[in-house]
Amino acid sequence: MIDLLIRAQPLLEKAVLVTLGLGLGSFILGSMLGMVIALARMSRWRALRWLAFCYVSIFRGTPLLIQILLIYFGLPSWGIVIDPIPAALLALTLFAAAYLSENFRSGIIAVDRGQWEAAQSMGMSYPVTLWRVILPQAIRIAIPTLGSRLIALMKDTSLASTVTVVELTRVADQIGATTFRYMDMFLLVGAIYWAINQVLTILQTMLENRLAKRYQ
Amino acid sequence: MDHITTDQNIPVRVRGLTKAFGANQVLRGVDLTVAKGEVVVIMGPSGSGKTTFIRSLNLLETPDGGTVEVCGIAIDGAQAASSRHERRKVAQIRQKTAMVFQSFNLFPHMTALGNVIEGLVSVRGMARGPARERGRALLDRVGLLAKEDAYPARLSGGQKQRVAIARALAMEPEVIFFDEPTSALDPELRDEVLKIMRELANDGMTMLVVTHETRFARDAADRIVFMEGGVVVEDAPPDVFFGPQASERSKQFLGQLHD
Repeated sequence: MIDLLIRAQPLLEKAVLVTLGLGLGSFILGSMLGMVIALARMSRWRALRWLAFCYVSIFRGTPLLIQILLIYFGLPSWGIVIDPIPAALLALTLFAAAYLSENFRSGIIAVDRGQWEAAQSMGMSYPVTLWRVILPQAIRIAIPTLGSRLIALMKDTSLASTVTVVELTRVADQIGATTFRYMDMFLLVGAIYWAINQVLTILQTMLENRLAKRYQ
Repeated sequence: MDHITTDQNIPVRVRGLTKAFGANQVLRGVDLTVAKGEVVVIMGPSGSGKTTFIRSLNLLETPDGGTVEVCGIAIDGAQAASSRHERRKVAQIRQKTAMVFQSFNLFPHMTALGNVIEGLVSVRGMARGPARERGRALLDRVGLLAKEDAYPARLSGGQKQRVAIARALAMEPEVIFFDEPTSALDPELRDEVLKIMRELANDGMTMLVVTHETRFARDAADRIVFMEGGVVVEDAPPDVFFGPQASERSKQFLGQLHD
């Protein structure tokens, strides 16, 4: 397996970067969109709440694979052609946002009502209350679930291989096909996913400990 | 609403305030006027509506009917929070008043000093430097300058409530509402909070205090308002309220408090 690893190294290095880019990129972009959706779901305006609800329902209720295929193979029939990597990133972002919005929403709901009241009673506006008082606490509450979401997303990037994105899974498939060593290649790539997620888990724990220390 | 005359010397004027939670009619027409510099203690059995009443004064509870006029800004209960104009008036009232809560409600992700200056910085738009200076002076006033960098989780209940009072004072409110400020504290921690409240009263701060602390009510209040069943049943100076002329109902209530 070592010989294979050495031969595949240049390809794997690039593939790891693509996988990391898709995973982290869609997590960051999806968090931004997810936060907007979470706030929309708690909006005073019914139409906005309804729109956000529909978004979550659609993107959480359909397979990610279908979403990726729709964007890459479906949209061209409407004249919209997107390159493989942007298409995969877009699909992963839209998909992640649906889930992340629920993580943020439950974090916001979990913040004690007294925090809203203390902020409001000093005349703080709604946006300032959110930004200064509620979101810092809500995000901290949500960190464990956000960590799980990021790890799930890292693994979901493998679906980008279906639209010709050369990420870890596709590289494994390609090298496996030329060397007939599928077993070794998929084991190797599986181990790389695992290692990435181990690092993310450790980082999450460190972040949690740091915040816990600060609050006490 | 035009019939309400605004008067700067009457920070709080409430007429016919009503509020129901579902089928539970909590306030049944409360009238109360508080003059500038007055300390009014609101007492009453649980369920009498006193907490709902004080929370209505800065519109944390939206009344169903009646009028609330605080610091010269009048809110019609029936229309409160229904329009942008009404909401702006609510914001004005909140900027001129402050509230101290039973459960402190300090911001856990900010230090003691951070809590005190938050309103100055993010509501008043004051620069951080001068805000910190003022915040330190206020922490000093409540005897907690040494704790300026401590997060709330590191403070005792009494210290938390003193920080909360400093936070309230930072906004230079015209009136402070205290909603059972010592009820969540162990008896030995209450005095440090009550001492600061007494000092505020002596300094001429207008205060409305919902509390069961009879000693504080007796020697710091100008008036005791006794509520029961969602109405004010007695409104008297402490020497009358605690004296032999008090109504049978309030005597009975005070007797129960001491049991």
